[in-house]
Amino acid sequence: MRTTDSTRWTGALRALSAAAAWLCALAWLAPLAYALWASLHGAADETRFALDAPWTLANFVDAWHAAPFGRYYVNTVLLVLGILVVQLVLSTLAAYAFATVPFRGNGVAFWLVLVQLVIAPDVLISENYNTMAKLGLVDTLAAIGLPFFASAFAIFLLRQAFKAVPKELDEAAEIEGCSRLLRLWKVYVPLARPTYVAFALVSVAAHWNMLLWPIVVTNRPESRPLTVGLAIFAGQEAGVSWSMLSAATVIIIAPLLVAFLVFQRQFVQSFMRAGIR
Amino acid sequence: MSRTSVIAAGAAAVPGTAAARARRDTIGGWALVAPSLVVIAAFTLYPVVLSLVHAFTAPRGGVTLQQVHAMVDDEVLHKVFVNNLVFAAVTVPASIVIALAMALWVNGKIRGRAFLRLAFFTPTVLPMVAAASIWLYFYTPSYGPIDRLLHVFGLPGHNWLGTPETALPAIMVVTIWKEAGFFMIFYLAGLQNMAPELEEASRLEGASAWYHFRRVTLPLLMPTTLFVMVVAMTASFKQVEHIFVMTRGGPDNASSLLLYYIYKVAFTFYDEHYAAVLTLVLVATLLLLAFLQFRVLERRIHYR
Repeated sequence: MRTTDSTRWTGALRALSAAAAWLCALAWLAPLAYALWASLHGAADETRFALDAPWTLANFVDAWHAAPFGRYYVNTVLLVLGILVVQLVLSTLAAYAFATVPFRGNGVAFWLVLVQLVIAPDVLISENYNTMAKLGLVDTLAAIGLPFFASAFAIFLLRQAFKAVPKELDEAAEIEGCSRLLRLWKVYVPLARPTYVAFALVSVAAHWNMLLWPIVVTNRPESRPLTVGLAIFAGQEAGVSWSMLSAATVIIIAPLLVAFLVFQRQFVQSFMRAGIR
Repeated sequence: MSRTSVIAAGAAAVPGTAAARARRDTIGGWALVAPSLVVIAAFTLYPVVLSLVHAFTAPRGGVTLQQVHAMVDDEVLHKVFVNNLVFAAVTVPASIVIALAMALWVNGKIRGRAFLRLAFFTPTVLPMVAAASIWLYFYTPSYGPIDRLLHVFGLPGHNWLGTPETALPAIMVVTIWKEAGFFMIFYLAGLQNMAPELEEASRLEGASAWYHFRRVTLPLLMPTTLFVMVVAMTASFKQVEHIFVMTRGGPDNASSLLLYYIYKVAFTFYDEHYAAVLTLVLVATLLLLAFLQFRVLERRIHYR
């Protein structure tokens, strides 16, 4: 008697919990679903959720012409890829040294690197802006990217990956006459591939989303990334309908969202790796 | 060029003394590390040193405590710092609790697991600017979905972002919405690493699901909780994108946070010496949190 009672209770609780989960999921998706809806409908239908409301791409066309989103796109892609490539090269070299070369002072050097994990360069906006002004780089993509060319996080991840490479492989390559740098290229880099993929996803997502530092260091549309463009677009007082703002928002998030849907598993895993540092 | 040749020389199996080899290693090691170190020195270490110098010198030169005094008397700073503490004190526990619930749901035998996981995690990949501009619409007085929903239930609308009492809470909601899915992933990893025998044992002992959760699952997830907590606290001092789009710190600094205030002092009031003092406050806060994180990670290792 007691068992059937308790199973009935558990069943009810389970159903309740499932309902709560679904409600929560819908609430979590609602803002995004709404943005998609508004971006694909005319201003009259942006809040009238009827299935027969006419669909349109006009908002995308209007938004695209209302601000130089084409330029912003090119800037963001150049910025994100530029940062990633330099980060990968510099971090690979540094991580290789930390993992395999017992050089004097490596402890001090590693601590200096780790400082960047705690104090990100985009927190030091005032001083870094001064530096960029002195270098004459204000209003350039280089100024946005330069502080991120070194990545303590990448160095840390790659150092772990390189340390896990079996010593025998390294020694075998040495006996075959491979120089140290050639061994890095032939032995270490291929074996650390999953780490590279994970870091690349996190780096691209992080720098695609950057806002504060680019706002500080750029003044002209020619050097601005998408996020700054959207912030300015959203900040306009007049002339922007919600449908148009939604379309602009969708324009910004589409590539990341599509990439996320395609590489879901890798994304989740790399974010997990990114957190465990 | 010289860099590669040094390393090549180090690798060639030329028989040399141990001391010579150590010297080659040291030169080669520093050469490999140098490019990254130069960037970190220029844009992380040097700015901190520069902040220290600026904080204690007058704009026309000479050592001064003027800025420090200004800081002590600055009511806006106090407000902004309290805002930041409130922001952390609410968003951190709230997103942790929601993240844990999400992880438990997604880890259990629920229908549509994959869809739920996707729904919870999606906000994490959106740029905060984009998320904020969507939410800006949700909060629009009388016209936005939230007020419309209130009207349906016969409740009056409200200017969520324009009222001092609700501006910061409204931003906190967006933060929780954006972050919970990210923390869910860590809890999910923790849950999946748990031995299934534990639940079996509890069932055999006749313990209720709630008892098992409170006495077994929750304590075992403690290291994850501590870790997520420090990550969330650090983030709460570094994120300002939503403020840019949604309130610009207003009304009357009611929704301003420390980093946003630094931005305003440095780039609206152009007071770089005072901005330097504020930057030091932020750096000190981040270092303190990092120290906590370090302790947590140490403890996490002991757990294993």
